[in-house]
Amino acid sequence: MKLDPKTPAGPLADKWNNHKAKLRLVNPANRRKYHIIVVGSGLAGSAAAASFAEMGYEVSCFCYQDSPRRAHSIAAQGGINAAKNYQNDGDSVRRLFQDTIKGGDYRAREANVYRLAQVSTNIIDQCVAQGVPFAREYGGLLANRSFGGAQVSRTFYARGQTGQQLLIGAYSALSRQIGLGTVKMYTRHEMLDLVLVDGKAKGIVTRDLVTGAVEAWSSDVVVVCTGGYGNVFYLSTNAQGCNVTATFRAHRRGAGFANPCYTQIHPTCIPVHGEDQSKLTLMSESLRNDGRVWVPKNKADCAKPASEVPEEARDYFLERKYPSYGNLAPRDIASRAAKEVCDEGRGVGQLVDGQRLGVYLDFSAAIKRLGEAEVRARYGNLFDMYANITGENAYRQPMRIFPAVHYTMGGLWVDYNLQSNVPGLFVGGEANFSDHGANRLGASALMQGLADGYFVLPYTVTDYLAGEKSGSRPAQDAPEFQAVVKDVNARVAKLLSINGTKSPRYYHKALGKITWGQCGMARDKAGLEQAIRDLQALRDDFWKNVKVVGSGEALAPELERAGRVADFLDFGIMMCLDALTREESCGGHFRTEYQDAGEAKRDDAAFAHAAVWEWQGDGQLPARHIEPLVYEETQLSTRSYK
Amino acid sequence: MALSGLVLAGFVLGHMSGNLLMFKGPKAINDYATWLHANPGLLWGARIVLILSTIAHIWAGILLTLENRAAREGGPSVDATRRASLSSRTMPYSGVVILAFLIFHLLHFTFRQIALGGVDFGDNVYKMVIAGFAQPAVAVFYIVSMILLCLHLSHGISSVFQTLGLRNERWRSRLDCVASLYAWLVALGFISIPLAVLSGYLK
Amino acid sequence: MVQDNGKEPTLALKLRVWRQRRGQPGAFEEHALPAVPTSASFLEMMDMLNEQLIKAGKDTFAFDHDCREGICGMCSMTINGMPHGPIPGVTTCQLHMRNFRDGETITVEPWRARAFPVLKDLAVDRSAFDKVIQSGGFITVRTGSAPEANNIPVPKPIADEAMDAAECIGCGACVASCKNGSAMLFVGAKINHLNILPQGQAERDRRTLAMVKTMDDAGFGNCTNYGECQAHCPKSITLDVIAKLNRDYLRARVKEFFSSTGKPSKGGD
Repeated sequence: MKLDPKTPAGPLADKWNNHKAKLRLVNPANRRKYHIIVVGSGLAGSAAAASFAEMGYEVSCFCYQDSPRRAHSIAAQGGINAAKNYQNDGDSVRRLFQDTIKGGDYRAREANVYRLAQVSTNIIDQCVAQGVPFAREYGGLLANRSFGGAQVSRTFYARGQTGQQLLIGAYSALSRQIGLGTVKMYTRHEMLDLVLVDGKAKGIVTRDLVTGAVEAWSSDVVVVCTGGYGNVFYLSTNAQGCNVTATFRAHRRGAGFANPCYTQIHPTCIPVHGEDQSKLTLMSESLRNDGRVWVPKNKADCAKPASEVPEEARDYFLERKYPSYGNLAPRDIASRAAKEVCDEGRGVGQLVDGQRLGVYLDFSAAIKRLGEAEVRARYGNLFDMYANITGENAYRQPMRIFPAVHYTMGGLWVDYNLQSNVPGLFVGGEANFSDHGANRLGASALMQGLADGYFVLPYTVTDYLAGEKSGSRPAQDAPEFQAVVKDVNARVAKLLSINGTKSPRYYHKALGKITWGQCGMARDKAGLEQAIRDLQALRDDFWKNVKVVGSGEALAPELERAGRVADFLDFGIMMCLDALTREESCGGHFRTEYQDAGEAKRDDAAFAHAAVWEWQGDGQLPARHIEPLVYEETQLSTRSYK
Repeated sequence: MALSGLVLAGFVLGHMSGNLLMFKGPKAINDYATWLHANPGLLWGARIVLILSTIAHIWAGILLTLENRAAREGGPSVDATRRASLSSRTMPYSGVVILAFLIFHLLHFTFRQIALGGVDFGDNVYKMVIAGFAQPAVAVFYIVSMILLCLHLSHGISSVFQTLGLRNERWRSRLDCVASLYAWLVALGFISIPLAVLSGYLK
Repeated sequence: MVQDNGKEPTLALKLRVWRQRRGQPGAFEEHALPAVPTSASFLEMMDMLNEQLIKAGKDTFAFDHDCREGICGMCSMTINGMPHGPIPGVTTCQLHMRNFRDGETITVEPWRARAFPVLKDLAVDRSAFDKVIQSGGFITVRTGSAPEANNIPVPKPIADEAMDAAECIGCGACVASCKNGSAMLFVGAKINHLNILPQGQAERDRRTLAMVKTMDDAGFGNCTNYGECQAHCPKSITLDVIAKLNRDYLRARVKEFFSSTGKPSKGGD
């Protein structure tokens, strides 16, 4: 597998501008002769599709939801970072770059991260012009807040719904192009395979979820912006439909998958309440500004109501372990600490599967100090949300929280142009691996999605198209397309025909138990090896015993889920293998064997690289390749929050 | 709908005020009727506007109701109204009854084709009204219709503010109050006459 | 609430659920669920029903859902006659079973409106909403052509008001709850979001006329001020947006009526 990052030469600050000046162009009159397929309509996909159409290309955009506005970018609450320095607090492109690369625990590609910081400012301009109602000061200028422990206020926000508002901005730009006829939008269509012609990505095969029709679509280039794979853990904060199928199918067709073991766990989610739970809900991290995290010192107290556990019997474990950061310790550290106390049997809340998985987040001290009214003013909406889901009043008793999978940093490998190792296959947003390293900073997912869609892909895809002869794309019924359609139909037919005894959700849950147990917040060699064996067994069982009801000719949610779970099973094996072979701890990847008294111990000498996996065929383990990460202007240091 | 409704709502207030002259005695109301008929330009101008408004209001109402029913396709199998007022939900029905009343009322008092309480009163409008409302059935139909008119007006007038974009959350309840007051004022004004006749106050 | 034994209470429920294939008439099917935990969400209860159906070898009920945290707007069920169910201000996915009684019969139907045809069972086609947005629900700004963000000051009250309207998640509960199947709350919310911002002024009249026309053509009913939409909106969008839509629409129509092409008319004077 050839992995050339194509990082431009020259000083970091000039790379993108120099590179842009060298990228080839397509004559405006020729652009309409090129057909671009964009898969996914979240921030990256919508922004890219709208921008391509504005430039004059013929665009088709596909999403599995009933409208492009529903993509899961919509659920981001906190905000979006940009190096505007409106607060005059010393922010700059370089500082945002440094924070992001350090936050990623030095496992991201330097040049990509720098470019992300550079274009962050354009994103805010673009979104404001689109009418995104960012928070304002009384003077009418944009407001900012500090987020995720950053030392500058560079986060722009729209109440607790920044993701929704940014997505609606991108969706409105996309909608305008759909109205003009320059983008053809295919909703309720799921990409089930990638089509290669002479080694280049030249189209996709989709299933129309309403009619069940399997169709081929030919294009000059394919752009995949289909988000992350958090649902490989079954329970996550992702939407129900989020899946790995599009990227995994591309992987099976030759695209390298980079760093699948990098997953982010968010510490302040509402705990699991029962076996039938389908989804975990995230609450803003800001709660940790005033809430104190604790569990009982004695296991015997765990079943009691919090009010019956006396002060001296409480263990404020974050304050104890990390005296200087206390309850504000970074996401990965706070999450692991919560897991440790629960593993010791000191978790609180309901018994699920024989274990109590939750820790208290207690506001009684804050209510005493600030008064209930002030706490309500700061966190009222979050307390309401908590009350709605749990039926508990957090003003009277402590909240219970537990970490949950939230974002995945790994993704398809891409070069500086966001092109995968398959020519003509570009990948944007959470679906690629390029910008967040081993851990993502708060308020930077939205930034990356829009940066890729608005300000990177339009240039780099144009450069690629300039090298493709216009009108050279294959016909939709070319043999290569027919072959892939046949594969897809065969797979659908196979899933429907097994007619076993267990539902797709059963397998999804079983998969989640294995991945969360062995490849979640803490990982070790023995556990990962066991997980790979368990997953292989589960995969074999799936293909023998799954029962998919419904028909292939109508809306068939079980068939959709079965296909996604099947890919998650193969993907899960690769994720565990990646975690097993990365013999260090970094960011969201914590190997218990590699630590300094609870702190992640990186091994820069051996693992300062991206691990890129190559598909070797059904039933085979994928092959590992590496892209060394070259740091030209960054000093690698150790994160410490003691 | 709103504009024609506004004209008609204005008319009923004017009509009601004129009717109250009954309480000033036969001369006042008869003189008022004579004065109206002595100004055919005014009378017919008003009548034309009213006829056009009525036709427009009915036509728009029928269209609206049919379109809305079609758009709803029956609705859910369980009715679970949360907020819609009785008056808003009964607009087409109150409208139909008011229309039936209007036809009866015109035949009775304007064209004098219905001989309830006699026909030939000449210019003595006062006597005609007394004789008409002396029939309990006429009075009761009149009163019931006016209560429905009140219902119709209270939703109709508050809707006018909404349609013209003059209403917001802060003003909504105040404007609804204004609409209710207006509707009750008109209805009670009208109803006072048959009640006065039935009770023997007006003879 | 957790009981002393660490287990939570459960409900036995009877369900009447709508079953329909695209383009064919539908009917209710009756099912029973013996033990639904009170902490489950309504959609998790539906998941349980579907798992039970799979065990029995029957087809599951199709329903739309995605984020399950009340923001994507995909979930859409009429529960006991109420879009998104009995609790105001929440979506179906955020409705929890503790709000129902043991032994209760729950009726579950799709959104009922001509403009939202049923695709299967409880899933409907809401593309009419997308078409309305495509006709004008945007501010035209080509990627890369935006001015510096702080060059456009927006007074805080205006930004807040725009944000209130922009909270709309496009779920369609307004249409489903309206006795006229009207989409005025949805369209009003989008118009209000864009028409009051300084950035939105250039296309204000054009946007309003185009979106209203598309809405009318899509088969939605007309607003007669029932107010049910506001009462069922999971984001509590108010009727204000409809009043302002009406005002902007009148304004645009009047301006259009009196507008001149700026060229001599053909007949001459």
